[in-house]
Amino acid sequence: MTEEALKDLLYKIADDLLILGHRNSEWTGVGPLLEEDIAFSSMAQDKVGQSLAFYDLLHQLGEQEPDTVAFTRNAEQFHNSQFVELPIGEYDFSLIRHFLYDHADYIRFSMLAECPIEEVAQIARKLKGEIKYHVMHANTWIKQLASANEEAHDRLQNSLNEALPYALGMFEPSKFENAIVEAGVYPGEQAVEDQWKENIAIVLEEAGLNLPKWNTLEPVFGGRYGTHTKHLQPLVEEMSEVFRVDPTADW
Amino acid sequence: MYGGGQVFDSSSVNNELLKDEDPQKLAEFEARIERGEKIEPNDWMPKLYRKQLVRMIEQHGHSEIIGALPEGTWITRAPGFKRKLALMAKVQDEVGHAQLLYGAAETLGKSREQMIEDLITGKSKYSNIFNYPTFTWADSCFISWLVDAGAIVNQLANARGSYGPYCRALDRICAEESFHLKYGHHCVIHLATGTPKQREMMQEAVNRWWAPMMHFFGPSDKMSTHTQILTKWKVKMATNDECRQQFLDMYVPKIWELGLTIPDENLKKNKETGEWEFTEPDWEEFKRVINGDGPCNKERLAVRRTAEERGAWVRRALTAKTKGEEYVAPLA
Ligand SMILES: [Fe+2]
Ligand SMILES: [Fe+2]
Ligand SMILES: [Fe+2]
Repeated sequence: MTEEALKDLLYKIADDLLILGHRNSEWTGVGPLLEEDIAFSSMAQDKVGQSLAFYDLLHQLGEQEPDTVAFTRNAEQFHNSQFVELPIGEYDFSLIRHFLYDHADYIRFSMLAECPIEEVAQIARKLKGEIKYHVMHANTWIKQLASANEEAHDRLQNSLNEALPYALGMFEPSKFENAIVEAGVYPGEQAVEDQWKENIAIVLEEAGLNLPKWNTLEPVFGGRYGTHTKHLQPLVEEMSEVFRVDPTADW
Repeated sequence: MYGGGQVFDSSSVNNELLKDEDPQKLAEFEARIERGEKIEPNDWMPKLYRKQLVRMIEQHGHSEIIGALPEGTWITRAPGFKRKLALMAKVQDEVGHAQLLYGAAETLGKSREQMIEDLITGKSKYSNIFNYPTFTWADSCFISWLVDAGAIVNQLANARGSYGPYCRALDRICAEESFHLKYGHHCVIHLATGTPKQREMMQEAVNRWWAPMMHFFGPSDKMSTHTQILTKWKVKMATNDECRQQFLDMYVPKIWELGLTIPDENLKKNKETGEWEFTEPDWEEFKRVINGDGPCNKERLAVRRTAEERGAWVRRALTAKTKGEEYVAPLA
């Protein structure tokens, strides 16, 4: 496996975390209740902090400084899935996305915790603990809200239906997929996806939410290759608005 | 975050409320406060005391949640990981302060829902300073450093007050505010000692925010009357002028040290009296803004109202879950 393949893997993980953390931070101060406002903000901080851990590792592998990488690229240079760049929508969508995303990340990090590349394994082991809490948070809220009343149930069901094709885009195989699996870095996206389908089905069933047949869904791919929705470029511009005033300045 | 000024307008202190209090209970209550005891939620207290405390703690809570907005809009634009992470944590803390304070006010019998309702209908006030816009990153840095510094001056005073739950909330809040102040100070130092563009941004922010900052502590003591009883009950712990003087004494030298100027030619410390002298703030403007006609009042309340409306289904779902269970006031 080449270093390029490893970097590609690290970039897509880091970009997912940064963009979703950024999105979820948009709830700060306007959450549906103070407790959730605080919880979303705290998880958003974890995500952005986790992305930094991967950009740091990329920097050690010869890539530019984390700030430069995060705050000066254009949308097509990001390798996040389109799923994470979608606007926060209503809280039901953000909650469902949080649920679907964190379940996938938990599996991916559990696998990466066994990675033969020690630097990667170390980060994965550390972050797994944080993500475990995010998963618990999502599960609790999904179950509680979906079973509370019809309004909440329907909102979550609709958001789930809307989110699933994008969520499947998280598992889009990269051009280095085979090399990475063969090198034993981790079992690969197909394995993550299979496990993810099992795990979310259990919670959704308990919550009384309906999972459509997988073969009726068309995954939204492209993000891993730099193809994005119209929502990413404005996000990136907003994120770097101040930084770009003078990228060489110390802020 | 909290400006003390608007809380104690004299019209709110209605001594009529005191007339039918049991004189003996009142005397015992005052003796306890005199001895430095804390009043707890289930203790006897005069109606006027309860009313003033609810008003004060509630407004403080509102100031935290509204105060999250002008800085919150900069989270998505903060330059670099370090600032982004720190600002996220800071604004999260402010929301946490609102939660703590609403909890403390609830111990006096007003529900959080009612408080938020009074906020978004404009019935209840919040710190005037958040009715001004944050045009640039430097404005958010000014708030993090100096508005939080002003809040600490107020809050440290109030933390010595007589109502137990409020004091305990303030102890926690002040500990976090001092981190905010450190963060804000670092941000301002970087701008003030940075590139010409950064210095200009910072100076412009100081120019914009100085007048609201002087208003922050409320009208001059000469203008506010009838607060003796609140002082005696240790509801009000320092006068507006005392807080303002303390703030100027602690922070004007630090601002000047950074090579920034303050847009008031008359600002100087009188060596003989030890007091700061300054151009009298425009109290008409203060009144106009506090009564709803500031640059951002409508926007701030609209954002809050929209947030409440968008989140209403979540709260409805949660109450559907707990239907039949009795409302439990928080332990403070
Ligand atoms: Fe504050
Ligand atoms: Fe605060
Ligand atoms: Fe603060």
